[in-house]
Amino acid sequence: MSDFRTPLRRVRGLGAAGGTEHFWQQRLTAISNLVLITVFLILLLTLMDESYEGVRAAFANPFVGIIMALMVISATIHMKLGMQVIIEDYIHGGAKLPLLILNTFFAIAVAAASLFAIVKMSFGV
Amino acid sequence: MSDVKSARPLSPHLSIYKFRPTMAMSIVHRITGGALYVGTILLVWWLVAASSGPDAFSSASWFFGSFLGQLILFGYSWALIHHMLGGIRHFAWDMGYADSRETSTKLAQATLIGSITLTVLLWLGIWIFG
Repeated sequence: MSDFRTPLRRVRGLGAAGGTEHFWQQRLTAISNLVLITVFLILLLTLMDESYEGVRAAFANPFVGIIMALMVISATIHMKLGMQVIIEDYIHGGAKLPLLILNTFFAIAVAAASLFAIVKMSFGV
Repeated sequence: MSDVKSARPLSPHLSIYKFRPTMAMSIVHRITGGALYVGTILLVWWLVAASSGPDAFSSASWFFGSFLGQLILFGYSWALIHHMLGGIRHFAWDMGYADSRETSTKLAQATLIGSITLTVLLWLGIWIFG
């Protein structure tokens, strides 16, 4: 008997660890989405018939830029977590891991492209 | 990787349950979530187009203003509103409210009726005042 670790020490980090964090992040981003996406919808309604110059002028406003950036970050985290659960529930076997990786990459790509566009417009370039 | 090694019964046994409004809204919550996920490509297109210049912006605007574009945006707005209302329902459950059989069924029905009503009102507003 050379293993002096407690049973708890041996199982810690195995299995479905991290579920609480996942659950919490999903709820946290749901709350922020509720606020940020509602503001985004109102912004879209005001910009609907706006010209290119009008849209650029709106995005030059710091408040619009910050809200849009926060909305993109909150929404992409939320959708990455949600799609992860869908994949874990329905996909078993060899396709699961590649799909989980693709899911993360897709969410990051959406966030990166959107944030780049928002920052570019905020600085008026 | 956790492969399913045997043909173990997986919970829930969908086939032995009667189909209920709460079940329908549960799967619709996932489907609308999946649709919103894919549809973020439209958001990226609009933002990148607006940041690229007038030409890219006018092609994006043309698409979103076209019949197909408006149809997609109509569906997308419903998915968004439905998923939002479904999320609020989940918040109530998370905090221990409205989870009796009768209330949860009524709430499931209200989610669908509410999302359709709000979407129609939103687009009526857009067509009338837009």
